[in-house]
Amino acid sequence: MAIKWLIDASYFVAAVLFILGLKGMSSPVSARKGIVWAGVGMVLATVVTFLTPGMNNFALMVLAIALGGAVAWISGKKVAMTDMPQMVAIYNGMGGGAAAAIAAVEFARGEMHGTVVTLLATLGALIGAVSFAGSVVAWAKLQGVMKSAFRLPAQNAVNIVLALAAVGLAAAIVLAPTIDPMLVVAFFILSLVLGTIITLPIGGADMPVVISLFNAFTGLAVGFEGFVMGIPALIIAGIVVGAAGTLLTQLMAKAMNRPISNILFVPMAAAGGGEAVEGEQKEIGAMDAAAVMRYASKVIIVPGYGMAVAGAQHKVWEMSELLEEAGVEVVFAIHPVAGRMPGHMNVLLAEAGVPYEKIFDLEEINGDFAQADVALVIGANDVVNPSARTDKSSPIYGMPILNADLAQNVIVVKRGKGTGYSGIENALFYKDNTRLLYGSAQQAIGEVIQHVKALSV
Amino acid sequence: MDGFVALYIFMLAAFTGYEVISRVPVILHTPLMSGSNFVHGVVLVGGMIALGQAETPLEQAIGFVAVLLGAANAAGGYVVTERMLAMFKSKEKK
Repeated sequence: MAIKWLIDASYFVAAVLFILGLKGMSSPVSARKGIVWAGVGMVLATVVTFLTPGMNNFALMVLAIALGGAVAWISGKKVAMTDMPQMVAIYNGMGGGAAAAIAAVEFARGEMHGTVVTLLATLGALIGAVSFAGSVVAWAKLQGVMKSAFRLPAQNAVNIVLALAAVGLAAAIVLAPTIDPMLVVAFFILSLVLGTIITLPIGGADMPVVISLFNAFTGLAVGFEGFVMGIPALIIAGIVVGAAGTLLTQLMAKAMNRPISNILFVPMAAAGGGEAVEGEQKEIGAMDAAAVMRYASKVIIVPGYGMAVAGAQHKVWEMSELLEEAGVEVVFAIHPVAGRMPGHMNVLLAEAGVPYEKIFDLEEINGDFAQADVALVIGANDVVNPSARTDKSSPIYGMPILNADLAQNVIVVKRGKGTGYSGIENALFYKDNTRLLYGSAQQAIGEVIQHVKALSV
Repeated sequence: MDGFVALYIFMLAAFTGYEVISRVPVILHTPLMSGSNFVHGVVLVGGMIALGQAETPLEQAIGFVAVLLGAANAAGGYVVTERMLAMFKSKEKK
């Protein structure tokens, strides 16, 4: 009895630590402490579970924890910051798979207590399996293992038929008086196929929203299985993540101006579209760019994923420090979807040593562009395209953008004259106050640094 | 567990999740997604209990997979979140 009490109390403390941890992560100051608290909760919950009376298979248990934990720990330590989104996707998929597997064990044992328990076990299994298969596809796409989007003819109809079939099988399992193994196997296969087919046609740009959605799914699945196993800590942790993940997914979709239903069911508009842009792109050399920024009083840097891929964030920060020494105010403006996930760019800048006080998001900084002498756009494109404000025929019309075009001077670091990732023409590149600095971000900023140094002597 | 008690837990947990996240600045969204991903790694505990009660080889095999995946979710989620958050430094602390 005392052991039972100890276990329940520990689960309770773990649940409190999880919520406090997530709360801590709501501010950059306490975020680090937050994850450590949650980590303590996890270790506590895992350790006391070994004390549960009447359990067997301890050797298998320890082996599975050691194996799964070690592989994930090592790969998590090694992954590059730019590859973080697909890493989160694959770990999330594993959580979904674990929830589905728990339900499978319960089905195999064949003793469900009542219709409600069976219903929740089945729902959790469905959601968990979809999240598992979908996350693996998302990982494969972002990692480049699987190349382009793959769209079936009548994709939406196939999705709906598969979803209905899965729900139908789930209902059959719940309503049947005894658990039919064939039905259960068919149900799991169908759920996995459903997760795969839903995710296949989604393009790389929309993937962060989908990963976030699957994160919420896994949370729900864990919560449902927690009910089946009778562990409140699982219910609380799972449902808290389910709710938080749903909100996070909505925030991301809103920032991209792509409703979740569009992402899942409507392919991204074909490349091009929108009004043709008049004018020509005017070039600037590294020396002139350096001079413009060196004698400015305020420079706003708009970094995009292109900068991160080029690994240029360290050079950019080096340049910012030089400019600051010369008395220029330098800040960073980050679009909510810069990088591959909201906040991804902040992580990449933090990696280069940029203090978070210098990093501002869209609402905070958009009013400041008009007072800035220079907006330096590095590897960003659609998020600074003024067509999103003005051109109703543009595929990105209505998307919130950073108003870099309102700065006195705009310098765009760009590899060449192409239209970039989305294939949408950018009116910013043709404006009278815009100059293009051609070259890879790494090399172009490197040259600017040399010239800034020369000017400061 | 009593059905209504479970329902209350569901409801309160859902509101808690929503409230906790709604005040998070955009700069922490990626670590937070990763952090919440870590928290649902507690599915490991469910997997352990499922494996602990498994009797046939089939149940043991599936239970083993559940623990394996749950442990990977928890360990991986912790490492990547911690790595990301360790990089957020304030200017004063430098």
